[in-house]
Amino acid sequence: MINASGTFDAIAARRVYGDALLDEFPFSAFVSKTITPEPRVGNEPQRIWETPAGMINSIGLPNKGLEGFLAEDLPQLAELPVPLIVSVMATDHDDFKRMVGALDERDEVTAFELNVSCPNVHSGLIVGERPEEALALLEALRPLTRKPLIVKLTPNVASPADVAVAAEEGGADAVSLINTLKASAIDPTSGKPGIAAGHGGLSGPAIRAIAIAQVRAVAEAVSVAVVGMGGISSGEDAAEMLAAGAHLVAVGTESFRDPRAGSRIAAELSERSARPT
Amino acid sequence: MTAPFGRRACEVTESRASGGYRIFSLLDADGPEPRPGQFYMLAAESHWEERAGRPFLPRAFSVADLEPAGDGIRLDFLVEGIGPGTDRLCALEPGERVWVNGPLGNAFSAPKELSPDAAGAILVGGGIGIAPLALLRRRLAAGNVPARVLLGFRDQAHRGGLDDLFACCEVALASDDGHVGHHGHVTDLLARMLAGEDAESAAVYACGPPPMLDAVAALCAEREVACELAMEAPMACGFGACFGCAVPGHGGGYMRLCVDGPVVRVG
Repeated sequence: MINASGTFDAIAARRVYGDALLDEFPFSAFVSKTITPEPRVGNEPQRIWETPAGMINSIGLPNKGLEGFLAEDLPQLAELPVPLIVSVMATDHDDFKRMVGALDERDEVTAFELNVSCPNVHSGLIVGERPEEALALLEALRPLTRKPLIVKLTPNVASPADVAVAAEEGGADAVSLINTLKASAIDPTSGKPGIAAGHGGLSGPAIRAIAIAQVRAVAEAVSVAVVGMGGISSGEDAAEMLAAGAHLVAVGTESFRDPRAGSRIAAELSERSARPT
Repeated sequence: MTAPFGRRACEVTESRASGGYRIFSLLDADGPEPRPGQFYMLAAESHWEERAGRPFLPRAFSVADLEPAGDGIRLDFLVEGIGPGTDRLCALEPGERVWVNGPLGNAFSAPKELSPDAAGAILVGGGIGIAPLALLRRRLAAGNVPARVLLGFRDQAHRGGLDDLFACCEVALASDDGHVGHHGHVTDLLARMLAGEDAESAAVYACGPPPMLDAVAALCAEREVACELAMEAPMACGFGACFGCAVPGHGGGYMRLCVDGPVVRVG
């Protein structure tokens, strides 16, 4: 069980909960919040909106940028008792290459997740939406590192499997899905958008059935590992995701409700497997 | 003292009406004692998500009062039913259990920490924002720090919590409808008080609706009086994970109210 990028800030959580976080770390690997070449402050509030069995967010990837991450965050994340996967996003190949190159040199980094699917930033790149763009990006990055490259796929396309196949062809070691679904909410009283940006990404149990369908389609299309996520909140949900073809399951929004959701769901899952059928 | 890692189920020991609000009490057997201004993320253990999948997220509540109990701490929360989450919390009955994550966030500073010259405190609360000030007032009283309390309410129904949480002290009141105290804003009372000669020797603490907090901050800035505001923002997690509770930060950009607040120093 790992975390979905951007749904658990291990540095902030350690400030809040102290070293108990390290002793009982809820994930078997930690995926960082996405970092970008330059610092970002994130989107204007209001950033979140509760929906039936879920929520919409438009956070906008606030982060310290590559230099800030290397200097301030990486030493702290290296203290976590699990392998570190760094999520990166850039708007062109050169910036992507600069980030992967710099992070590849750091032993604290075990693997990369390439975020080509955030619905809340205008990246200029359509890597996540077009198979040929995904292939070109992977071909540019693959020679730079021997560390695993995981491609985070967007669900907001007609066929995520086509993009997954292209990523595999370009040398990706794994694909992860689903990111959030493009969504909006309007306050019925004021008529104003619930999210300042007008739209955001939907997550939570509300999207689980869609995640199952997309993971299944992708797992059938590729032979690389598939990280499945989208509304997982119990061991039963995780078992369903594994049955859909995922090799690894990630927990996102449920950690907001239960900070130990990762270890709880893992325990529920092994309890299920131990149960006689 | 850090919060225990994770959420824990706490039993509801009491729930009572207080004007148009309710005050419910939870018995926390495991957590450290919260400091005034700190908050908890709360969700009923059962019948959460029952109205078409809502409420879904836990809700943030400042602790209004506490009392050591035999096997833990009794935590009191003030709530008004204004949506699916608060409606469910208003309907809590003794014996039910609530998921609790906390205490979270920072706390109010002592007056001397805010300003070395501070001889006392002025507490300014509006509506449901009186909650964290109730616990602060008790702490100040226990430390023999003089505190003057100014509270404002919309109308009679929204005076909930007043008699329960501020029963033992002198309070100056304001109401929007004039049914009690000054007919107008609680910030009118603050302006009058800060016009006095000893204004600089006070530290101001405020919690309430955003326009009230803006007015308090402006008055304090004008009189160069030290001030802390307990703020509120939409929040999914309470421990820095969701980045939803962003508010403008001091050095530009945004800060997360859950881990860098909810108490914010102004001026």
